[in-house]
Amino acid sequence: MVQFTLPKNSKITEGKTWPHPAKAKTEREYRIYRWNPDDRANPRIDTYYVDTGDCGPMILDGLIWIKNTVDPTLTFRRSCREGICGSCAMNIDGTNTLACTKAMSEVKGTVRIYPLPHMPVVKDLVPDLTNFYAQHASIEPWLQTVSPTPQKEWKQSHDDRLKLDGLYECILCACCSTSCPSYWWNSDRYLGPAALLQAQRWIVDSRDEKTGERLDNLEDPFRLYRCHTIMNCAKACPKHLNPAKAIAEIKRALVERQV
Amino acid sequence: MTAHAHIRTPLARVRGRGAAKSGTGHFWYQRVTAIANIPLTGAAVIILITLLGRNQAAVAQILGSPVIAIIMLLFIASITIHMRIGMAVVIEDYVHDETAKIAALMANTFFAIIVALAAAFGILKLSFGL
Repeated sequence: MVQFTLPKNSKITEGKTWPHPAKAKTEREYRIYRWNPDDRANPRIDTYYVDTGDCGPMILDGLIWIKNTVDPTLTFRRSCREGICGSCAMNIDGTNTLACTKAMSEVKGTVRIYPLPHMPVVKDLVPDLTNFYAQHASIEPWLQTVSPTPQKEWKQSHDDRLKLDGLYECILCACCSTSCPSYWWNSDRYLGPAALLQAQRWIVDSRDEKTGERLDNLEDPFRLYRCHTIMNCAKACPKHLNPAKAIAEIKRALVERQV
Repeated sequence: MTAHAHIRTPLARVRGRGAAKSGTGHFWYQRVTAIANIPLTGAAVIILITLLGRNQAAVAQILGSPVIAIIMLLFIASITIHMRIGMAVVIEDYVHDETAKIAALMANTFFAIIVALAAAFGILKLSFGL
């Protein structure tokens, strides 16, 4: 059966409460998931107090402030700090989102931060995304053609280009896939919303000549049909995309080619 | 996770044995029977209400109407097909042990067929006044 409770060595314990910052006029309480593979202990929740007068307004600004001034061992991924790299995806205030585009003012009270749910943890807020990236690779996210390559570009009409809107903007942050209960239970066989949205991006691309093969590779009770239209993906997406709609369009294409 | 007991690339694990090239049939029939269930369930509920409190002879007379008997048989067919596919999805979602999963899927199929045939037999028996 599916494991609904955390295994014994993953149960969370109360961690360290770090001191309040000196001279802070305004501060914010952060409660953060900590786990270190080296100390053989269960994960714990540490409490930090961020001097909001000394850092930027976003959740990520608070995390960077903690790392720089309080606890350099706090581990998380970040890069662009403007919602385009997808590195700082984490579970904030109960929702998967990007720490860099979520403002502290959007969260009431304590800021609670966990790694993306139901993924193996490398350390603290860093999840292991190996399987997630392999699933993206498995849908072969590049233009595939049979016709000889043209002298110049592969041409696409303006209308056909518009069909890629709402699909190409995905930054592969994994917020959607890790919010999906179907993905939690069956991520070994279900490709998940992010990979399927990318699959649809190439299925609808008018220049691609492998549409049929792409659909063949998705026609599977687990790869595609584990999607039960729960819609957590669309709710979580920090780029406001709708993976559930993209998956529904794949299902429609599969029905239409045989009915 | 037994998968980690073997050294395989992540992509090899995801590609696995390839796509089953099926599933669309179940997806489509689940929707066809869902739409059929709307009028058929309504009609079946109305028929069952009219049968309330009547004796066997009166029930046999009402079910003796071909239209009513056929509506009831269609209702049974549509609802049991829908039930079987729906339950199979739940089993595939939550039961991960391969042996238990196959046993549960088989039991699910047998249960749906037994329910369907028992109900159809009862309707036909009353309908033909036997």
